[in-house]
This record gives sequence, structure tokens and C-alpha cells, in this order.
Amino acid sequence: MNAGAEFVRRPSFPGQGAIARLACAAVQPFLTHIVRRIAAGHPSLFSRLGPHRQTDYLIDPVELPFALHLRPDPEALIFRAVPRDAAPPAGAAIRGRFLLLLELVDSEVDGDAAFFSRDLEVTGDTEAVVRLRNALDDVDGSIAEETAAMFGPPGRTILNRLRRRYDGDVRGEDKR
Amino acid sequence: MSLAELICPAGTPAALRTAVDAGADAVYCGFQDATNARNFPGLNFTPDELAEAVAYAHARGAKVLLALNTYPPAGKVDLWREAADTGAGIGVDAFIVADMGVADYIARTHPGMRLHLSVQAAASSPEAIRYYCEHFGVRRVVLPRILTISEIREIRKEIPCEIETFIFGNHGLMVEGRCSLTNYLTGQSTNMDGVCSPASDVHYVREADGSMSSQLAGFTIDCFGPEEKAGYPTICKGRYRAPHRPEGYYAFEEPVSLNLSRLLPELIDAGVHAFKIEGRQRSKSYVRNVVSAFRRAVDDIRAGREAELADLVALTEGRKQTQGAFETRKWR
Repeated sequence: MNAGAEFVRRPSFPGQGAIARLACAAVQPFLTHIVRRIAAGHPSLFSRLGPHRQTDYLIDPVELPFALHLRPDPEALIFRAVPRDAAPPAGAAIRGRFLLLLELVDSEVDGDAAFFSRDLEVTGDTEAVVRLRNALDDVDGSIAEETAAMFGPPGRTILNRLRRRYDGDVRGEDKR
Repeated sequence: MSLAELICPAGTPAALRTAVDAGADAVYCGFQDATNARNFPGLNFTPDELAEAVAYAHARGAKVLLALNTYPPAGKVDLWREAADTGAGIGVDAFIVADMGVADYIARTHPGMRLHLSVQAAASSPEAIRYYCEHFGVRRVVLPRILTISEIREIRKEIPCEIETFIFGNHGLMVEGRCSLTNYLTGQSTNMDGVCSPASDVHYVREADGSMSSQLAGFTIDCFGPEEKAGYPTICKGRYRAPHRPEGYYAFEEPVSLNLSRLLPELIDAGVHAFKIEGRQRSKSYVRNVVSAFRRAVDDIRAGREAELADLVALTEGRKQTQGAFETRKWR
């Protein structure tokens, strides 16, 4: 599997070079904080992952300058930003627009529908992806809003703006 | 007028709560094993989760139906019997069964429990349905998706049990409960292991031109162009090349979902007691949107209003929908 390959259906930020590395360094402290809080708040999430708690997932928000490496092992949790040209070999890769991925995490969008429409791309171990999807889908509440709330009013404002922009983009696409 | 109960899917406890909150009259679900036909990784309920889910549903006036709708391999019935005992102990409202041995066990061991005959039993004639009613006390039959509404109306007159029909979701027909295509390629059985196209055998390959191939156990079963909508990676929905169709064609069925929202009044008039929404493998988002849409539509019809029909095409397979055999016999 070529987990670090470029997503073909949308314009993609190259995700390599100095800008990508700088962006990774800037967001990493936030990612570590976020994933630890989410894991502590939703321990039941891990049971649905089964053996794939040790799987390396590459989550690739195509318009961001980096990808995300997730290993959802509660004993050794990894969630880090990686330049696309330095992404580790991944057991499974999930690609799509950032807000789509965020809405999928919150089950605001149906994963199968996003796959049917080709807005979501999955490669690698399909079972790992299915388990991750089902584990996240069993979480009550909004992980996106929990994450935004960690950063207070500015976090919520940014999330709301992102959602408005995404909704506008989706409506625009449906009209085409 | 029939009750027109809305029977909704749940693959997780959160999905069950979503379905109940969206207006489900009953929710169907299964355990995390081969006793049900959606034995998918990370899906379904532990006994403890099911007990909590039943309490949640009952507190809000909704029922929970436990799917035990696969076929035990010969001599390996213990898993199904234990699941039935567990479900009865938890207090589910009915079992959905396909296998005669499972039905017989429940009828004898838990005589007060309601039995619903799964679509997996493929009982489509009055004679077949009456057999299950007479021998196992089946109270409701989920009809295969191969009948016209007029045929359903005629069957209703000749059987002593309620009728449930699918109204939305995956439209995989074949002879339900008899499909061996997955078994042929992967060695796992849809009907005995509960896995149609097991995820561990599915791979998606992106081609250089932006197209995407879906593979099952190493066999390519479809290739979608860069802008083409995709479907499930099931053999029955695959597109194949053949000497007489070198361009490739859907040899069995096309990727399309059933949507009977426009036929609800006719189905109610034909005597259908319950409407089933497919999709235990789908997300809370799907459950919330589909259940609430059909809740509104059914309530409108029952109140004598014209039904408000939500556009659900974005949730359909391949972004295509059909009324299938329900609309016309020609569909077959």
C-alpha cells in the first residue's frame, strides 16, 4: 500500500518540505493533549478496536500541510502530525477533506455515504478502518466539540467557522 | 389500517439510542458473534450493552428485537441457544430467526417469546409462512424483497401472522439466506458466519488515473472511474467482463438501494404491519436521518396527511435508489 500517496480527487497541499515540518511541530503539543483527553474520556472506544489497537492509521486531511499518524493503543497512544513524505508505513489510510473527517468522527456524516460519493478514500487494511469507524460511532457526544472546548471560546469559534465553510462547500457541490 | 411500526437498525448502543430518540417503534440488533447476519468487526452488542439498551428503549416505549438470523452449522447449535437464553434473560421483545432448529429451540425453551421470521428464511409463499407459524408459533414474517404489493396483499389474506417489509436500505436480493458467493471466494459464509464480504478480505486499490478497484479475496469485483459513484464490495453488486460483454456489466445486480417512501400508503393498505429499515452496519448519522425521515412520513400518513418525503438519495448505495419488485414485476 502506498499510504503516503497524494489524494487524487481534490487539490492537495504537498505536505512535504520545510513548511510541513514547521506545521507539524506547531500542532503536535495540541494533538498530544487532545488525544489523551479523548482517550481518558471515552475508554470504551478501545474495546471495539480489538486487535487493531496496535494498527498504525494514516489519516490524511488532503488540504492540510501534513497527515496524522494514529496508533490507538491505550497503553502507548500515538497521535502525531507527520509530513506526507515522512509518513510511517501504515496499516490503513483514510483520506478526505479535513472537515469531512471531523464530521465522520462525530458521526455527523455517514461513512458509507462518503465512500459511495468518493469523497472518502480508504486503502490498506479495510477491517482496521471498519473497526475504527464503529468504535468512533459508538461514542456519545461530539469529539470535535470536546476538542474545541479544550481551547475555550476561540476553539469553538474556529470549529463553527470550519463547519460553516464545509456546509457551504457541500451545498455548492450538490448544486453542481 | 395496520400499525405501520417502524423497525430500525442499530449496530452499536449509541446507534440504538439514536434510533429510539429519532422515533423508532422497535430497534433490531445482534450480539458480537456469528448468530446474526451483520457479524462485522467492531459492530454489535455485548450482553451487558444489550441489557442497558433494552432498559433505555423500554423506558421510552420502544421495543428491542434480537437478530439470531443466521444458520448454525450442523452440530454447532450451542452458540445460538446460548444467545437465545441470554436474550430472553435480558428481556428482549422478540427474536428474529431464520433457522428452524433455532426457532424450535426458542419455541420450546422460551414459549412466551415472540418469534419473527427473518428475511433470511426466504419464506415468500403462504404455504411456507404458514409452516413456520404452525410449527414454531411465528408471529411475524419479514418478506423477501421479491414481491409486488398486490402479491403481498394476497399473501396477507392467507397467513395467520403479521407482515414486515423492508422499505429502505441495501437491496441485496438473490435468494435471501441462500447466497454462497462470499463463501465461494473467502471461505466464510454469509449465512452461517454472518459475514457478507468480510472486511478482512476487502481491499481498495487506487489506480494512477484516479479510478478505484474494489477487491475481495484478491479478485477484482469492480472498478469505479475517477468521478463514478461507488457501491459496496459485494460480489452480487460486482461488474464483470464476459466474452459477450467485454466492456464489463453488472452480472447479478446494480449497486442501488431500496427506497419505498412513495409506496408507504399502498403498503399500509395492503396490510403490512411493520416497516423495516436496513443498515445495522451504518452510522448514527444514517440512523438519525433515515429513521426521522420515515417517522415523519409514517406519522403524516397515519394522520391522513400527505407524507412529507425527505430526500435520502445521498445515503443510498451508488447514490441510486429503486422501488424494485414492490413497484413492478418487470423489475425481476
